[in-house]
Amino acid sequence: MTDDPVRVFLVDDHALFRSGVRAELDRGVPDVTVIGEAGSVDEAVAAIRHLKPDVVLLDVHMPDGGGAEVLRRVRPEQPDVVFLALSVSDAAEDVIAVIRAGARGYVTKTISGRELADAVHRVRSGDAVFSPRLAGFVLDVFSDRPGAAPPGDPELDLLTRRERDVLRLLARGYAYKEIASELFISVKTVETHVSSVLRKTQLSNRYELSRWASDRRLV
Amino acid sequence: MRLRSGRFVAGVAGGVAAHLGVPVLWVRAAFVVLAGVGGAGVLAYGLLWIFVPQETAEVARHVPRAERQQAVGLAALGIAVGIAGSAAGDSFVGWIVGPLGVAAIGAAVVWREADQTQRKRWTEGARTGLSGWSALWRVMAGAVFVAAGIAVFLFGNLQLGQIQFALLAVVAALVGVAVITVPWWLKLVRDLGEERRERIVEAERAEIAAHLHDSVLQTLALIQRQSDQPREVLRLARGQERELRHWLYGPGGYGRQAVESGGLAAAVTAAAAEVEDTYAIDVRPVVVGDRPVDDDLRALVLATREAMVNAAKHAGVEEISVYVEAEEDGVHVFVRDRGVGFDPDAVPEDRHGLADSVHARVTRHGGTVRLRSTPGEGTEVHLSMPVSTPQEAPSS
Repeated sequence: MTDDPVRVFLVDDHALFRSGVRAELDRGVPDVTVIGEAGSVDEAVAAIRHLKPDVVLLDVHMPDGGGAEVLRRVRPEQPDVVFLALSVSDAAEDVIAVIRAGARGYVTKTISGRELADAVHRVRSGDAVFSPRLAGFVLDVFSDRPGAAPPGDPELDLLTRRERDVLRLLARGYAYKEIASELFISVKTVETHVSSVLRKTQLSNRYELSRWASDRRLV
Repeated sequence: MRLRSGRFVAGVAGGVAAHLGVPVLWVRAAFVVLAGVGGAGVLAYGLLWIFVPQETAEVARHVPRAERQQAVGLAALGIAVGIAGSAAGDSFVGWIVGPLGVAAIGAAVVWREADQTQRKRWTEGARTGLSGWSALWRVMAGAVFVAAGIAVFLFGNLQLGQIQFALLAVVAALVGVAVITVPWWLKLVRDLGEERRERIVEAERAEIAAHLHDSVLQTLALIQRQSDQPREVLRLARGQERELRHWLYGPGGYGRQAVESGGLAAAVTAAAAEVEDTYAIDVRPVVVGDRPVDDDLRALVLATREAMVNAAKHAGVEEISVYVEAEEDGVHVFVRDRGVGFDPDAVPEDRHGLADSVHARVTRHGGTVRLRSTPGEGTEVHLSMPVSTPQEAPSS
């Protein structure tokens, strides 16, 4: 990580919300600069191609396909751009859909400016960001209820005990540092576990995950 | 979709070309060649004309003069080839497909008028029937085409006596009328479908508008009147957000069947909402798994609510995290704040909230309470309740 500020691009169809986030990030956070913003899918794809930002803050709900559509169009040609989904929606299918389309994390729009900046730095350095709710969803999806279909690929369809512990603490509202000291592991290890859970969420063929994704025509 | 502008006859060839993504010349040439095969091209053109709807929007297309002349030439060539084919061939195909093609084109001419009346109806309101002499002429011409096609078809294929001929003439006339009126029937069905769809959309819109009016607009009005009381504004905004969220995404919300789950998740969420409203703080419940609420779990929910209230009252925070996990053998609840915290050993005797409402209540039902608090860092209450009865009958 260098001292250069992280270059952030905002995608949201509400101009009011964009200017709010922009003001918050510009005001309190010196190490994050907003280099541009877009209000529609087409605009966003063109501008991201042109500006090559480090991190894109991506609204989940937009006309013409929403955040998932932006991901689908930008990711193949610019794999280096990192996406953090930002939404008012708590609906599981929306969250899971953008995560499976390639977002590195998901936070709700009620997040504070400071927390948002932290999340931006975290995804920038290759880690994943899970809101407590997202952690809850993922735990729910990967839990083994009686009568559930057996996992097809244990490598992707099951969480390890440690990953489960980390997710539980995330869902309980713990920060990475607090999780590390709770489980007697390093923060780096916590980050590794969360990244691994993200990968499984993106690639697993578990029924609920693939159903939500196929509803959004992602697979 | 048949083209509306930039067409020569009915826009069939252009439409097919646009659909297949090939030059329109190829399509026209193909129709000409097929016209030679016993008039199949003519028949195909007529059928496509009847059954493929014309595009609804007027799109400006520029057609070069050369292409227009080419199209005229090809159309004439196609008709000539078709006639020559059926006359010279004198075959089964020539006598059946050719006349039917002529009949189809006649019907298509009539259909074209139906198209135009439909357009007129859109612009001028409800006005059926045809307008002007030219339209009448075209319909007549169409009818003659249909009659001629059917007549040639019959004479060419059958040898008949007097009575049979009379009968057949009646039948043929009926068939002709049916063929000519087919476009109107089709149009009627399509219009009805269109109208029904518009009505459904309208009903949906009305329901959404009504809901937003009753909820969001009212709350916004309240917020404007109380703008000098930030705490009240916050409380209103949170309550409204929760309500709208539930309506949009909840199980009994908009567009879903009203299923009242009555399970643990719903009970915890409701308790969190109450605390949020009463104490104007942010409570974020995350629930994993669900199960029906029995007496033990009801006690657990009440204790959870009390723990939230404690945090709201004493921790001095804006936000409380609540995590509930329903597992096979029990339910775990964590209520956490990052507030002032306290020393559990130094709680004065008169503070009964935690002791009575939380601890006693849970232990009475066989559960346990663990409390962790550090002054300055916050408090976490861990409630757990074992569950004796299995959640569902295991399938294995």
